[in-house]
Amino acid sequence: MTSQRLTRVGVSASTLVLLASVAACGSSGPSGGSGGGGGEGGTGQVWALQDTTLNPIEEASIERFNEQSEAGDFELATFGNDPYKQRLRTAIGSPQAPDLFFNWGGGNLKEYVDAGTVEDLTPLLDENPELRDAFLPSVLAGAELDGKNYGLPMRGMQPVVLFYNKSVLESAGVEVPETWDDLLTAVDQLKAANVTPIALAGNQAWTELMWAEYLLDRVGGPEVFQNIRDGVEGDWSQPAVLEAMTMLKELIDRGGFGTEFASVGYDVGGASTILAQGDAGFHLMGSWEFVNQLGQSPDFVEAGDLGWAPFPAVTGGEGDPSNLVGNVSNFYSLTTDSENKEAAEEFLSTALTDETYIDDLIAAGDVPPVTGVREKLEEAENSEYTTFIYDQTVDAENFQLSWDQDLAADEATEMLEQLSLFFLGEQTPQGFVDALAG
Amino acid sequence: MSSRGSSTQTGQQRPSAWYAAPAVLFFGLFAVVPMLLVVYLSFTDWDGFGFPQPSGAGNWSRLAGDGEARDALVLTLVFMVLSWLVQTPVALLIGVWAAGRQRNRAILSSLFFLPLLLSTAAIALLWRSVLDPNFGVTQSLPLLGEFNFLGDTSIVIYTVIFVITWQYVPFHTLLYQAAARTIPASLYEAATIDGAGRYKQFFQITLPLLRYTIITSTVLMLVGSFTTFDTVLILTGGGPGTATRIAPLYMYITGFSGFEFGYASAVAVLLLALGAGLSLVVTKATGFRDMNSQQEGA
Repeated sequence: MTSQRLTRVGVSASTLVLLASVAACGSSGPSGGSGGGGGEGGTGQVWALQDTTLNPIEEASIERFNEQSEAGDFELATFGNDPYKQRLRTAIGSPQAPDLFFNWGGGNLKEYVDAGTVEDLTPLLDENPELRDAFLPSVLAGAELDGKNYGLPMRGMQPVVLFYNKSVLESAGVEVPETWDDLLTAVDQLKAANVTPIALAGNQAWTELMWAEYLLDRVGGPEVFQNIRDGVEGDWSQPAVLEAMTMLKELIDRGGFGTEFASVGYDVGGASTILAQGDAGFHLMGSWEFVNQLGQSPDFVEAGDLGWAPFPAVTGGEGDPSNLVGNVSNFYSLTTDSENKEAAEEFLSTALTDETYIDDLIAAGDVPPVTGVREKLEEAENSEYTTFIYDQTVDAENFQLSWDQDLAADEATEMLEQLSLFFLGEQTPQGFVDALAG
Repeated sequence: MSSRGSSTQTGQQRPSAWYAAPAVLFFGLFAVVPMLLVVYLSFTDWDGFGFPQPSGAGNWSRLAGDGEARDALVLTLVFMVLSWLVQTPVALLIGVWAAGRQRNRAILSSLFFLPLLLSTAAIALLWRSVLDPNFGVTQSLPLLGEFNFLGDTSIVIYTVIFVITWQYVPFHTLLYQAAARTIPASLYEAATIDGAGRYKQFFQITLPLLRYTIITSTVLMLVGSFTTFDTVLILTGGGPGTATRIAPLYMYITGFSGFEFGYASAVAVLLLALGAGLSLVVTKATGFRDMNSQQEGA
């Protein structure tokens, strides 16, 4: 064999292997055939987070759209939380990109918008004023950046709420705390009654984050975090941060979360079960916790032992006690590279406000951010809880998106790490500030 | 069959280098090309959008001054050495014991090898629920219930080493068992006649003859624990805090949570260099290369 022939054989062989590997990558894409955006009129991809309760509802909504609409078909692909963020990041801008994708709005969405991968939906809303009016303005604002709208709410509002076990509180003689000082007293009383005062799923830092978010808001008002996020008038070294973290440190040192939180997870057998079994008094968690408890410990909820309250006020603090933190909602955004834009816009403007879709969400315990939904909530099951969430959100002076979603990914990762060290007592309040401000 | 080229003239059967082509091609595509890409990425900034932006040696100077990366590396070394110290004697003893042909040993050894059949994810999930501070089995046991194995930052690294040991000892046991079985029985017979006891036989015959197996197993263990990732990710996620954040996890978190692919690639290149250096040093220092047969008559 001459060397020339050998080179040729080598080249074609390697091309073959390359092609094979590329093909393999292609077919490992989201579930369902067409593999990515598809051509004009092909099946569009909708990407969302895995959720046993919501996925069937989303699926049904897409099927209804496919039957009714002439514009094109969609299919749903779902992913777990971490794989979703990784996969979306690398898929966007590639032929594998979805047409519509699930997101949290805020800074999380901003990274995608800045990269020029998200379609501006403001024209769509301008053409359809009734669509804009269908959503609660404060929630719609969650996917608004520089006055432009980049996503429409596709599921319920998820503020963080202070859940409690009524019978535990009762037997320890504890009142539902209205202020931070009340909470500290409650912690002492619960400790004396030999229960963990507050259940915390501390093996993941996002659960600890909820405490920091609320405290900073109550102490310094929402502007403090907004400044940090926007990097304009101050960073983590603003005095309110140190003050809030010092208060949080006091709560940890007082034994508010017990001693075992660092290895408690938020899955089956985690913090929720601890609360339901009466081993803890409180549990600060997103509003989805109610649905979760209903599924995991129905007896506990049906016996009326699960209570809920807004996060306590801080006396003398800047933040309004009606302020909320959490996930404003989740949004569907449209990618700029989508080849099914018309169909996607039709989907966004009809399917999300569709009567059946809203009813399905409500039946699942979700509180859709749609105007005039309160009457429906009152008639449905669990109305006591869902109307509480609705009223809280409507009345809130400010609704801050969870910090880990509102900061850019690298800042969020660093912040969560410092926070978990802080909860373990390996980082002081001042050290926390210095590490993040530096 | 006629062979091509000069080999017929010298009378030696040497296969053409092209026989290696498929293997070289695969190695090139799936090992060398990704490595080169990672080296390239380590000189860029890339958050996953668009194209990587060249950043010169920015990632490298950041890595040089990164305390977290240093902590992760130190933890990796501690983890590696401790894993080796724990796994080697356990695997060696069980392996030599299992080499005996008694029936009870055969049955028990097949039980010992059970972890080999489980996937890493299953093992990590299993131990996570066994050690859970609220609902785990250990909580209902005396003494063990006192510890928070996955939540206490001062003991969690040992918990991880224990689980890793549980996971990998069967494999190394298998190596030792096979090697111990190749030791000629005549050596033991002679030693017995000379009046050597069991301990003396173990230290004078078994151990020296298992030397190369010990080296092989050591290289596998050291390089293996240097790059351990999946078990730790599922078991602790690197936490609590950074108590079990070994270097591969640090790389993963930087890359796939922080989306700093450039910097994560720099960490990856460092790990690659250290891992390759490590196996070179170990094989050089132990005479792994001049290994010769231990068989009778060889």
